[in-house]
Parts: sequence; structure tokens; C-alpha cells
Amino acid sequence: MSARATAAAVRDPELPVVTIEELGILRDVTERDGRVTVTITPTYSGCPAMDVIRADITAALHADGYRDVEVATSLAEPWTTDWITPAGQAKLQRAGIAPPAKKTVLTLTVRCPRCGSPDTQELSRFGATACKALWRCRACREPFERVKAI
Amino acid sequence: MSDTAALALQLGDDALIAAQRLAEWCSRAPEMEEDIALANIALDQLGAARLFLTYAGEAANRTEDDLAYLRDDREFRNALLVELDNGDFAVTIGKLLFLAVFQRLRYESLAKGPDRRLAEIAAKARTESAYHAEHAALWTVRLGDGTDESHRRMQAAVDALWPYTHELFEGDAADLRRPWLAEIERTLGEATLTRPADGWAPSGGRVGVHTEELSKLLAEMQVLHRAHPGATW
Repeated sequence: MSARATAAAVRDPELPVVTIEELGILRDVTERDGRVTVTITPTYSGCPAMDVIRADITAALHADGYRDVEVATSLAEPWTTDWITPAGQAKLQRAGIAPPAKKTVLTLTVRCPRCGSPDTQELSRFGATACKALWRCRACREPFERVKAI
Repeated sequence: MSDTAALALQLGDDALIAAQRLAEWCSRAPEMEEDIALANIALDQLGAARLFLTYAGEAANRTEDDLAYLRDDREFRNALLVELDNGDFAVTIGKLLFLAVFQRLRYESLAKGPDRRLAEIAAKARTESAYHAEHAALWTVRLGDGTDESHRRMQAAVDALWPYTHELFEGDAADLRRPWLAEIERTLGEATLTRPADGWAPSGGRVGVHTEELSKLLAEMQVLHRAHPGATW
């Protein structure tokens, strides 16, 4: 596989249903003189998963035979939930995590990712990781997580 | 130290000390969801602090850890507001409201500023600060427009903290007081709280003259690193 494809296939440790490419945090992969440089950006400034992501990228590239790997971090353009790809959004939905609304679109309801009902309620604006909030569905009574829209 | 590095240090210290105070609520917040919320906000603040302190220390060849763990209170440049004890939950929410609205305005302004590194960090942190400010405003309204007891406590918190808000607008940040006041007054109004009169305006944090409360905070935050220099996880 190309270095780009290998890096792109690394899964996010906190949201393992999506790859770092689908999450929108993989920004660039370059190869020069045998060295692979992968540039990623954090979802949140304090995201504690960054160290694990760096290690996972390095390990995946080493396993594919790329020996000289550097993982750089860039803040510009800052990540927002709009960077999540349509494929990533669909995978989150299927895993029971409501994807965030696009910031550019006015959304009135959050649909339950399990039963599809719009009759949902925010329980907590913060959740188990920096990028998620906690919701519940009033129709099927199930709690669910939602990627916070920022 | 260059003006830019000094500014980065100030911004980093505000965020670092705010993070440490918020983290004190871990396992002690009034409800489970709020425990998670305060810890998440602390984590965002710590993330911003690390970026700012890394930048602040680069020219002097000092790491983020050197700056966080190996300075004494007189070398910290945070505003007094963030170092004050947490008090009850209303005081914590009041501190967060005043700080987060200020940080959001400051970061918005810096994101358009001339220094590229500061602008990138600020552009990243401003959406997080906006989320913190919304959270603090929701609680301010819920407590202020809640029961007699929650109203009394929220008003007492706002009254006690108000003098410390003036220091935030020292120096380059003076222009931000007007938009800050507009937003804070709107929230206090919605919360049926009275906006305190301006008067006593304690100061000194930006030149390293702090309260005793910072010394105690640092003693706890730095003890491990000072006992085991260079320790890493």
C-alpha cells in the first residue's frame, strides 16, 4: 500500500468505527528521500488520544515497510466537525453515535441513531470523550452519544 | 523575553491554572454529568495551555514542563481570577463564565493578529472557549433563576468575583471589556441577577504578585515533578 493509504486506514482510538481520514484529522502524507511525514491535527487542543494516534500511525507504517516515519502536528486549518467526511458520518450513525450537524446548515432536531426518532433530548453537553455529548431518545428510551458540533 | 513570548506565557498561565482548579472538582461535582463536564473543560484548558507554554518557552529553550513545574508563584503571569479557590459550585461557575467569555473574545482577536503561531492556537481554542462560555451561562441562569438558595449563592458568587474581572482587561485587552460586559450583563439579566457596581479592582497577577491561594495550588501541582525531576508518564 502507499504510505498515504496506510496512514489513512489508521483508526481513531476513541471512535474506532472511523479512520483518521474519515474523522478529518489526517492532513497530509509526503514521502521524500525515504522518509514519510504524516501531518495530523487535533480535534480538541487537549485531546489525550493524540499520542496514541501518533504511535498507531508510526506502527502501521513500520509494519508496511516504511522505516523512517515522522508524525507532525498542524493547527491550521483548525479541525471542526465539518471535517468529518460523509462516509465517516454514515459509519458513526451505524455505530449508534449521532453525527454532528454541519455548522453551515440549520438543524432543528437530532435524530436517534437507533430508531431514527427526532424526539430526543440532550442529557449532558459533555460525554465520555472530549468530542462527544450525551443524549437520550424519548421514543425508544435508549441513551446515545453524539459528536459535539463545533 | 519578547512581547509575543510574554503574551503567550500570560495566555498559557491563565489556561493552566484554570485547568488545575477545574480538575479539583473531579469526583466531587454535584452530579455525574457535571463531573464529566468540568473535567472536559479542564482538559481543553490544559490543551491550550500546553500549546501556549510550548511557544512561550521556545526562545529561552524551556519546555512546557519546565514552565509549568519549575517556576515559583512570582514567575506566573495568570490573572488572579483563575487562581482563586473554587468555593462552592456557584463560585466555580461564576469564575468559568467570566473567564470563558473573556478567553473567547481574546482568542477571536488574536486569531486575526499578526503572529501566526498565536493566531493558529487562538483559532483552535476559540471554539472550545465558546462551548465553555455557553455551558457556564446555562448554569448561571439555572442557578440564578432557580431556587431562593441557588439564587442567593449565585449572586454572592458574582459579587465576590466581580472585582477580579477588571484585571483581565489590563493592557492590550482593554477594548474587550465593552463586548464582554454586553454579553455578561445579558446573561446576568436572564439569570435575574444584579450586575455588581464597579469599585475595588485587585491586580498584580500579570506582574507576578499573586494571592496565597496560588502558592497552595502550585505546591500540589508541582510536588511530583519537584520530587522526581524529569519524571514522565
